[in-house]
Amino acid sequence: MSSLPRDALTGAAIAAPPDGAAVLPRARGRRLAAALPYLQSLPLWLVMGVFLLIPILTIVAVSFWDDQEYALVPTFILDNYREVLTSRVTWTTYLSTLRYAAIVWAATLAIGFTVAYFLSFHVRSALWQMVLFQLCAIPFLTSNVIRMISWIPFLGRNGILNRTLMALGVTDHPLEFLLFSPFAVVLAFVHLYTLFMVVPIFNTMMRIERSLIEAARDAGAGPVAVLRHIVVPLSLPGIAIGTIFVVTLVMGDFVTVQMMSGGQSASVGLMMKNQISLLQYPVAAAQAVVLLATVLLMVWAILRVVDIRREL
Amino acid sequence: MADGVELVAVTKRYGATIAVDAIDLRIPAGSYCCLIGPSGCGKTSTLRMIAGHEAVSAGDVLIGGRNVTDLPPARRGTAMMFQSYALFPHLNCLDNVGFSLRMRGVARAERRARAAEMLGRVHLTELAERRPAQLSGGQQQRVALARALITNPSVLLLDEPLSALDPFLRGRMREELKRLQRELGITFVHVTHAQDEALALSDLVVVMERGRILQSDGPRAVFERPRTPFVARFLGGHNILEGRALDGRAIALADGSAIRLEETLPAGRGTVQIAVRSDRMRLAPDDAAPNRLAGQVTAVEYHGSFVRVALHDRAGADHSLLLSETDYYARPVALGEQVVAGFRPSDVHVLNT
Repeated sequence: MSSLPRDALTGAAIAAPPDGAAVLPRARGRRLAAALPYLQSLPLWLVMGVFLLIPILTIVAVSFWDDQEYALVPTFILDNYREVLTSRVTWTTYLSTLRYAAIVWAATLAIGFTVAYFLSFHVRSALWQMVLFQLCAIPFLTSNVIRMISWIPFLGRNGILNRTLMALGVTDHPLEFLLFSPFAVVLAFVHLYTLFMVVPIFNTMMRIERSLIEAARDAGAGPVAVLRHIVVPLSLPGIAIGTIFVVTLVMGDFVTVQMMSGGQSASVGLMMKNQISLLQYPVAAAQAVVLLATVLLMVWAILRVVDIRREL
Repeated sequence: MADGVELVAVTKRYGATIAVDAIDLRIPAGSYCCLIGPSGCGKTSTLRMIAGHEAVSAGDVLIGGRNVTDLPPARRGTAMMFQSYALFPHLNCLDNVGFSLRMRGVARAERRARAAEMLGRVHLTELAERRPAQLSGGQQQRVALARALITNPSVLLLDEPLSALDPFLRGRMREELKRLQRELGITFVHVTHAQDEALALSDLVVVMERGRILQSDGPRAVFERPRTPFVARFLGGHNILEGRALDGRAIALADGSAIRLEETLPAGRGTVQIAVRSDRMRLAPDDAAPNRLAGQVTAVEYHGSFVRVALHDRAGADHSLLLSETDYYARPVALGEQVVAGFRPSDVHVLNT
């Protein structure tokens, strides 16, 4: 007790230098404290910068370059964009890709919503919920390409499905539309991407309070009305997230379209891939920038309609 | 229009466990009934079976004399107010309140008018456009109340409606619930685990334990004449003493002191448990209170209008004495002091065991 004031006294004697000297270290400390959050987020910034920002900026830069013979000439010309935007091929390809996106979106939404609804509202035990959920997820541990290729022996002209149909007498000749057709492309997309709908919708549905369903029933809502007025509106954020996943994946795809259509169908990604293989890097870059802008616009439109912040 | 509720041998089984065990209960039309008991006693299951949110395993539920056992919730003439209010988060107050009208196909204009009127009734007119997340707990509760009342139910079922509120609001809402019930004249069935709530609100208190009804009576009757030691303990405010029957009118405590009663003991009972209200025991006993209980003071709590003295008797049981402030300060006691409490034979109530 008696040593305290003396300590305070000596402390005061030491810490009484000219004004400027006292202020300086304290200000530096404050500046450091203010910079600390930025320092802490530095690793994330580095990763984002190296793997996202710099590549995109490079693509944007290259989209203004010129290519002559086999050389890239750094300059600033708008020819690449002119070529991309005035070509009929670009527009028809975008139309076809958008059509794929729309069909696949509708199909994955229908299946994804139904599966998520069944899992979250009708499977009562948490154990079964997990088992069934894993059943949906495990196939996704294999590569996209493998899952796609496995359709070929099934859907082919002499594939399992055609032979079965013919053996059953449903048809007397092999169905040609099954493989290397828009149908096959859509089928593969739906197969590949439905899980991206199931997971976010399932997540939002699991967060719907069960008492809300009872309250709706108490107010006289039947099963359809509960779905329409409670479950669907409250699942919208999950539907929006799933939609963003599916739409961006389909918009940027090239391998599925190429493999499943047998080269008969076009997509924006495929168009870019062809330009790259012809070493037309600037045009491909311009194409990529246009695609990125289109997809961002679509995502922005989705976010305008549905508020997903609650889910993040 | 009020309807009475009648339960006939209503049972709820979850697999092998019995949540509600063949209970019979008659709730008169237009009364305020509280189901009270510790958690897991079956009170909520009972309420949910009346509402139709839980299937009845056996027995019948009658509302207004009509057997509604197999009817869906909306066709029973009941409305339920849920514990966490269960307001629809994506709808504003007006649409929440008007939801059941919408389900009944009432046109939009009429629906909104009636919902607005109902919101006015619970003093929330100016918050009609707000979402539930933008409301305080008390406001949410009133929206839930308005939503439940808009269909003019004949029975309102309330599942622990006040438990999520702070004590101050709880008191105010309690008053409001009682006022609404009186004004509307409909039957309220209210599940709670708070005895003060049950006593303050109800015309009929139903005390439950382990799926059975132990006692159903008016609040005063339940408090003054609890039927069993459990009811006495659960309602609180009672000290329970155990003794040996001496004759029809007296028992002997473990320490040998005799307790006289005014009630007659049932014949053939060896050990007897009695309840004495804690506010009827006095320190500094006189001849008007000839019954004596000796013990040691283990705690003294000042509560403002009264003082609680905790007593540890010679049989090892703990008791409470609620003394008026004046009485206590006329003769204060110290911790650890040996004291003798006194009470009158008319304050002794014999319990069934």
